[in-house]
Amino acid sequence: MADVNAKQVLFEPIFSNNPIGLQILGICSALAVTTSMNVTIVMCLSVIAVTAFSNLAVSLVRTQIPGSIRIIVQMTIIASLVIVVDQILKAYAYEISKQLSVFVGLIITNCIVMGRAEGFAMKNGPWLSFLDGVGNGMGYSIMLLFVAFFRELLGAGSLFGVTLLTPVNEGGWYITNGLLLLPPSAFFIIGLAIWGLRAWKPEQVEEPDYKMSRHTHKEAF
Amino acid sequence: MEHYISLLLKAIFIENMALAFFLGMCTFLAISKKIEAATGLGIAVIVVLTLTVPVNNLIYNNILREGALAWAGLPNVDLSFLGLITYIGVIAAIVQIMEMILDKYIPALYSALGVFLPLITVNCAIMGAALFMVERDYTFSESVVYGFGAGVGWALAIIALAGIREKLKYSDVPDGLRGLGITFITVGLMSLGFMSFSGISL
Repeated sequence: MADVNAKQVLFEPIFSNNPIGLQILGICSALAVTTSMNVTIVMCLSVIAVTAFSNLAVSLVRTQIPGSIRIIVQMTIIASLVIVVDQILKAYAYEISKQLSVFVGLIITNCIVMGRAEGFAMKNGPWLSFLDGVGNGMGYSIMLLFVAFFRELLGAGSLFGVTLLTPVNEGGWYITNGLLLLPPSAFFIIGLAIWGLRAWKPEQVEEPDYKMSRHTHKEAF
Repeated sequence: MEHYISLLLKAIFIENMALAFFLGMCTFLAISKKIEAATGLGIAVIVVLTLTVPVNNLIYNNILREGALAWAGLPNVDLSFLGLITYIGVIAAIVQIMEMILDKYIPALYSALGVFLPLITVNCAIMGAALFMVERDYTFSESVVYGFGAGVGWALAIIALAGIREKLKYSDVPDGLRGLGITFITVGLMSLGFMSFSGISL
């Protein structure tokens, strides 16, 4: 890969090769944290930091890792980074870390981190790997922030905890949509977001497993 | 006894790993195209969860927890910050051991599970169950029930989704929604269905 330049590595994952929309990576741990923007932003920053630094670290030691134990080595690097993030959050943002509960720990098993370490950092230099980590973290964050935006705005009538649409039970006019605060809505929003993304970039559309043949003869009309 | 049944039902239906907490989503979406594969993976997840959650529970309560090292003469040591790295290590080790045991004694099951076993290490549902167990302070016997229940719930969800997707491939889905998009919407509807269990308690 001689033609990769830094800009491409950084921005490609955001829309063209979005980790959630196209690579099906990292959907696991984070959808449950998208009910409010504040919590989501903290989660996104944690993921960006972990992906970027794990990519950097893996890339630095990539020539020294024996192939057969590379997964364990990557796992250890990632787990240590996540522990650092977890401890920092507990120290400086205790309330938010309570709301994130187990999901900070689950960054370890977030496939984006592992997938990029294995798929990119093992083959590329430290600087590019670092950028790739930041790029993929941002692609993930954009999807998450998009979901959180709709869930918080329509579900609770606020953004970042600031009320924009005054809900009825506080004397306003907006009837909050409780469904958006519940798990199923995240799936719907992501499904629709993927539809939107693929309508905009048709090359991402998947091939059908089964082609429907056209109606060839008329009966009982 | 009633407490355990209630915990089991809660773990299977109300707090379904996949549909209520979005855990194990990557494998959930990737391996749900065929019912057979989904069943194999589901069984593997049940076995691994039933083993790893209690083992992690023992380790947490006897070694990592604050004051747990009192038996070794170190009552003030709090190792809980090492939790994450320990759990993932335990999970990886158990999966590896299980793979070797199955390979030696039950080769039929080993070949049936095939590639799914190593995949399970990075399945967030396994790690998630361990973390929930710690957060909710389950006792040892509760953790056995919880591990098993969480596994059954996850297996149930993936088999059901595979059933739906097998039928779905014959339907005429709009271009951009085909594949991943429609799967998300389907999972959303399933999750909505599972929410109807939420009032149940014994």
